[in-house]
Amino acid sequence: MSNEAYEAVIGLEVHTHLMTKSKLFCGCSTEFGRAPNENVCPVCMGMPGVLPVLNRRAVELAVRAGLAAHCEISPRSIFDRKSYFYPDLPKNYQISQYETPVCRGGYIEIQSGDGAPKKIRLVRIHIEEDAGKNIHEADASLVDFNRSCVPLIEIVSEPDIRSAAEASAYLHELRGILRYIEASDGRMEEGSFRCDVNVSVRKRGVSELGVKTEIKNLNSFRFVEKAIEYEVNRQIATLESGSRIAQETHLWDPVREETRPMRSKEFANDYRYFPEPDLPPLLIPPAMVEEIRRAMPELPSDRRARYIRDFGLSSYEAGVLTAERETADYFEGASVGLKNRRTAANWVMTEVLRIANETGQQISEALPSAREAGALLAMVEAQQISLNAAKTAFAAMIKSRKSAVETVAELGLAQVSDTVAIASACDKLLAAEPEKLAEYRAGRDKLFGFFVGQVMKAMGGKANPKVINEILKQKLAG
Amino acid sequence: MAEKKITLEQVRHVARLARIDLYPDDEERLRTDMDQILSYVDKLGELDVNGIEPTVQVGESGAPMRSDEVTNSPNAEAMLANAPVRHRGYFKVPKIIE
Repeated sequence: MSNEAYEAVIGLEVHTHLMTKSKLFCGCSTEFGRAPNENVCPVCMGMPGVLPVLNRRAVELAVRAGLAAHCEISPRSIFDRKSYFYPDLPKNYQISQYETPVCRGGYIEIQSGDGAPKKIRLVRIHIEEDAGKNIHEADASLVDFNRSCVPLIEIVSEPDIRSAAEASAYLHELRGILRYIEASDGRMEEGSFRCDVNVSVRKRGVSELGVKTEIKNLNSFRFVEKAIEYEVNRQIATLESGSRIAQETHLWDPVREETRPMRSKEFANDYRYFPEPDLPPLLIPPAMVEEIRRAMPELPSDRRARYIRDFGLSSYEAGVLTAERETADYFEGASVGLKNRRTAANWVMTEVLRIANETGQQISEALPSAREAGALLAMVEAQQISLNAAKTAFAAMIKSRKSAVETVAELGLAQVSDTVAIASACDKLLAAEPEKLAEYRAGRDKLFGFFVGQVMKAMGGKANPKVINEILKQKLAG
Repeated sequence: MAEKKITLEQVRHVARLARIDLYPDDEERLRTDMDQILSYVDKLGELDVNGIEPTVQVGESGAPMRSDEVTNSPNAEAMLANAPVRHRGYFKVPKIIE
């Protein structure tokens, strides 16, 4: 069996909550983590006689997503009812969009394996309401409707993705964009960013598509990659053994690390979509699109270009710093008063990201403010403290939440640049080490490091190494 | 009414989608009813609607939109009051078999 003879054809369907305060069709809160059935009302509970009223902010955020992904914004789209019975769906239909999504076409640009940019085209982005949540117990199921009617967009890609790595790159880019434009918080673990994957394989050079399977239950980037790798290999093995792929829905089992077919529903999907009679068409005139475009925050790709152009950062550095909006904001906040933006760039890429990774927290939770980080780095630039001392101070600031100035003073980290004190330490050392001095003057240049170290030791490690170097050179020269 | 527009199998399918149990006697009666309804609706097919956008609703003023504000306060008790069975703030329903 040769996997090389096949190529994978992958399309992704991403559902993400929109960051609104209230629900899509009623004034209930969308807050996550509340006690069950606290954020509910007759509208999101599907009581008879209620009417949905559309949340303008949800529409704006959906249009933002469409603009960020280069979509065409539909001037007129309608809502449809998608009917099915499930206990988490109180109306027995979901209000969604079927034939006329709010956004069509567009693309997300990723870096493919060889580093070249690749466009993953989108089919559509549409607005819909979320369902409630079921909790399955031994003898019964429990239903919480807090999530019912929370606004979602579904972003459907064309089957342009060819590997698990590309799928991951696409998801990271898409999530980054949605977070930048404040449409989504992108939290997969809380279920506010969910992904279904459509996978098929075909022999290389063949243009028609193979039979696809859909994989659900993927709540982390790692699972998406692993599930695709598993499913592609499974499909190739199935075809090589002479069997056929069944068109079915699989669930990813993160414990056994395999996909398994869901017990097929009694009858195939038959959602009987029809226009939602309770909602007039959604009209988005060009003026509204322009207004939304003007209010759009800077996109990650624009920021990357700006960092390379204005700050002289490399494409790699710009990529790391802009991967998350929070990181980019922190970098810019910390570098405001610095002579060299690179001082802050290096600091963020090493210290800040390392600490955020280790603690698993958001930068805003785990670290001192960008302003205080900037104050600390300004002291490094002014040679008032060493880079190592800055690291020590930063670690202390994380715990104490005190300012950079206070922390450096408290810990006595300020560098001694006092030439008289350093010269005196140098004199004492040379007087105490006449043999080494003679050796050095006879040509053993390597001893220079020894002298620097000894002076630094005598100064309690706080002397400015640059000043030590200068003074020592003079004195050693005699 | 010579031509049948709908089969018994389709009647059973629609009943299943609606979660309705039908007695065998009902099936043929419903099939006839549905046939008549569809024939009646077929009348519309006589119109030439080429180039006309489907009218989803009359009055094209567009969906009114509200500003994004939380106007409801938590009142789980009121919403759960009508639940036939409840458990720790949840609606309790027969176990769903996946």
